[in-house]
Amino acid sequence: MERTTLDLWVGMFVVAGIAALVMLAMKVGNLGTYNVSDAYQVQAYFNNIGGLKTKASIKSAGVVVGRVTGITLDTERYEAKVEMSLDRRYQFPKDTFANILTSGLLGEQYIGLMPGGDSEMLKNGGVIKKTQSAVVLEDLIGKFIYNKADSPAK
Amino acid sequence: MSAASTIRIIGHRAINAVWRIGMASRFFIYTLLYSGSSFRRFHLTIKELFSTGVMSLIIIIVAGLFVGMVLGLQGYETLKRYGSESALGTMVALSLVRELGPVVAALLFASRAGSAMTAEIGLMKATEQISAMEMMAVNPIARIVAPRFWAGVISMPLLAAMFSAVGVFGGYLVGVVQIGVDEGSFWSQMQSAVDFRDDILNGVIKSFVFGVVVTLIALFEGYDAPPTAEGVSGATTRTVVTSSLAILMLDFVLTAIMFRGN
Repeated sequence: MERTTLDLWVGMFVVAGIAALVMLAMKVGNLGTYNVSDAYQVQAYFNNIGGLKTKASIKSAGVVVGRVTGITLDTERYEAKVEMSLDRRYQFPKDTFANILTSGLLGEQYIGLMPGGDSEMLKNGGVIKKTQSAVVLEDLIGKFIYNKADSPAK
Repeated sequence: MSAASTIRIIGHRAINAVWRIGMASRFFIYTLLYSGSSFRRFHLTIKELFSTGVMSLIIIIVAGLFVGMVLGLQGYETLKRYGSESALGTMVALSLVRELGPVVAALLFASRAGSAMTAEIGLMKATEQISAMEMMAVNPIARIVAPRFWAGVISMPLLAAMFSAVGVFGGYLVGVVQIGVDEGSFWSQMQSAVDFRDDILNGVIKSFVFGVVVTLIALFEGYDAPPTAEGVSGATTRTVVTSSLAILMLDFVLTAIMFRGN
């Protein structure tokens, strides 16, 4: 075979291999940064986020409206600060209620948004004030046992 | 047959095996020593890259696509029982990047390119082309073996990466497009679970090791083949069998080193 054709094929092979590696790193691995194309950022503080992870989905009425972009511990309040990026198409009232919910019994955790009745909408950089923490199974069991012990024996 | 002769046969076999391992190690060291020319005259390596890498592309891509599709289908059926279909992307990507990509690509590479290398070199030896080179004071290791070795070592990680990438796409086709798993959770859970260094880089290291081992076995078997038609065919068979076993055993060792405790 002609040498230039050979070079071309081998070049294509190497480029395709490297492209596959980059694709694995960016799309499959965590090297690429996830950004919703047209989004606005909102924050919320939670007492306990349970098993919530970054890139978890944010749903309202079951529809995915955004992603969790960052989770940090705010050392002034000792609460978890969750950064969310929401799709610009979906606007939420200021008194929206943010809940950490679980899909299925053992499934992933996500944030559920329940819109309030305020006429003002959340802006970029806004803070969701009303939040409810994740349900921790151990706490639930503890409460249950406590209640049982409290109730008079029959 | 008396007991003594049986034991003698076992001893002979053992000595033979050790002798061959020693020969292969010496061959490996010679290949590394004389591989300077395969970089100085890089067109030799490029020619081999074409016949080992480019010609293996189709089988790697088709196999990767189907392995990914089967993973998507089987993974969905299993994960559905636990209500965690959204973890399908994680399952497909992790099993491909960590194990199936490097291992299956190396197995295919051994049977597609390795056997061809053995047959080619064995036939060169049988037709006394290698002796002719030695007569012309051309080092056959530098001229024939080293370019093939480096071509195999370079193309193996690339082929494994392509296998994994196409496999993830196949899993996406079946899981998201056909079955209807949520696309967002497919990709986002995959991205949060697959770590670049721990998973992807370790997979690349694995496929690099397999590339060295498979190519070395193929070249050594070819170089060591008895110069007869029967000898070449036996060497080709041994290449595929030995390198497949070596891949699977090494994979266990590498996995135990890389992923223990994670």
